[in-house]
Amino acid sequence: MNDLMLFLNEVWIARLALLRGLGVTVSISLLAILAGSLLGVGVGLGLVYGNRLLRLVFRGYTDIIRGTPVLVLVLASYYIFSTVGLDLGPFQAGVLALAVFCSSHVGEILRGALQAIPIGQTEAAKAIGLTFGQTFGSVLWPQALRQILPTWVNTAAEMVKASTLLSVIGVAELLLRTQEIISRNFLSLQFYFLAGFLYFLINYGIERLGKYVERKTAVPS
Amino acid sequence: MTKPLLEMQGLRKQYGTVEVLKGVDCTMRQGEVISIIGSSGSGKTTMLRCINMLEEFQGGRILIDGEAIGYDEIAGVRRRKSEKEIARQRALTGMAFQQFNLFPHLSAAQNVMLGLIKVKKMSRDEARVVAEQWLGRVGLSARADHYPGQLSGGQQQRVAIARAIAMNPRLMLFDEVTSALDPELVGEVLQVIKGLAAEGMSMLLVTHEMRFAYEVSSRVIFMNQGVIVEQGDPKEMFLRPGTERLAEFLKSSSFQ
Repeated sequence: MNDLMLFLNEVWIARLALLRGLGVTVSISLLAILAGSLLGVGVGLGLVYGNRLLRLVFRGYTDIIRGTPVLVLVLASYYIFSTVGLDLGPFQAGVLALAVFCSSHVGEILRGALQAIPIGQTEAAKAIGLTFGQTFGSVLWPQALRQILPTWVNTAAEMVKASTLLSVIGVAELLLRTQEIISRNFLSLQFYFLAGFLYFLINYGIERLGKYVERKTAVPS
Repeated sequence: MTKPLLEMQGLRKQYGTVEVLKGVDCTMRQGEVISIIGSSGSGKTTMLRCINMLEEFQGGRILIDGEAIGYDEIAGVRRRKSEKEIARQRALTGMAFQQFNLFPHLSAAQNVMLGLIKVKKMSRDEARVVAEQWLGRVGLSARADHYPGQLSGGQQQRVAIARAIAMNPRLMLFDEVTSALDPELVGEVLQVIKGLAAEGMSMLLVTHEMRFAYEVSSRVIFMNQGVIVEQGDPKEMFLRPGTERLAEFLKSSSFQ
């Protein structure tokens, strides 16, 4: 009982630091997922509809990015840009690295989803006189979107987890805040559990939201 | 002499070095119902798909109401028309496919409405009225808000036909529309096509239903190895085939 009171007391003392950390983690994740998805849609479209050169470039991009550990991307983004005189702060560099990583995944998911749509769909759309733009907007994109939703939610959750890597370059997100708190009160087990629980809550929220959207957009059959 | 609805002149098509259409000539008048028969690989489906530019073709011309489809020829140089122009020309013909190809994320009515809204620039309300009218004509009024996944194969194919016809095409193309259907569902689709034929819709059908071709067509075209071997009145052709090849084909397709 005493232990619990002690822990809760320490949580209360550290509440602002924890909330700030949580806020930073959520902002990093949101920015990375949003920017990464936008970028990823471009990558996916390039992979499917680009000419030979464009496809080659995007293929190289996704293969290299996906084959690199996220931590390496984060460090590279932080250190490389400063050597070329572009001064990104740790937050910006970190978000950029995660967004790039996210885009390679989203691009690949979208490519798979678009290519899985039977060619007959495009032909039927052409046959009623739709242009390519209309076909994409009304026929292909809505089907691809439903297809990628579950995998996209998974990628979003990965981004939240990968945001912890930004602690290495000094971004005061939830994990780094937790470590600072532990260095003051030495309640390492308790506070790591608390941090873990908070990460779980964020990802659980994302997953529930994904399921909700999936249900809302499901096609009756 | 009225202008023909459809003219094919020396139509040639090849995949790489394989020539699948070796110079097809054919003229079709308004209101004709023509069945194209022949064994698989004879080029009949390819020919149909050239008419609405789902396939590129390398030689010859296709004219609908005298208008060259797909390619311009200026001073002897053949150039593909712009995508926009080809999209417009595709709307001159309607097509029904073997695999239906309904849009699975749209209801039956929305499938029919899509082209009306995007291509014919109708309002949603106008399009809905037209869609319901055509779904009624194919006997599916009660299914307007069902999704393709909730419909039987025969019902899906009827929606697909309604989707094509609602665009008010000059000519309907049917590509083996009953081949993917369970035998007991074939009849309802053929019934719809028969109804359209009776109303004077111009139709070109690739079919394996010999009995149907015999009953409905005003003319039958027999293709073999990329050329038209024989064509004429179905009664005449089926009962007294003019070539050995057609006689063999009719025997193998068990038409009595």
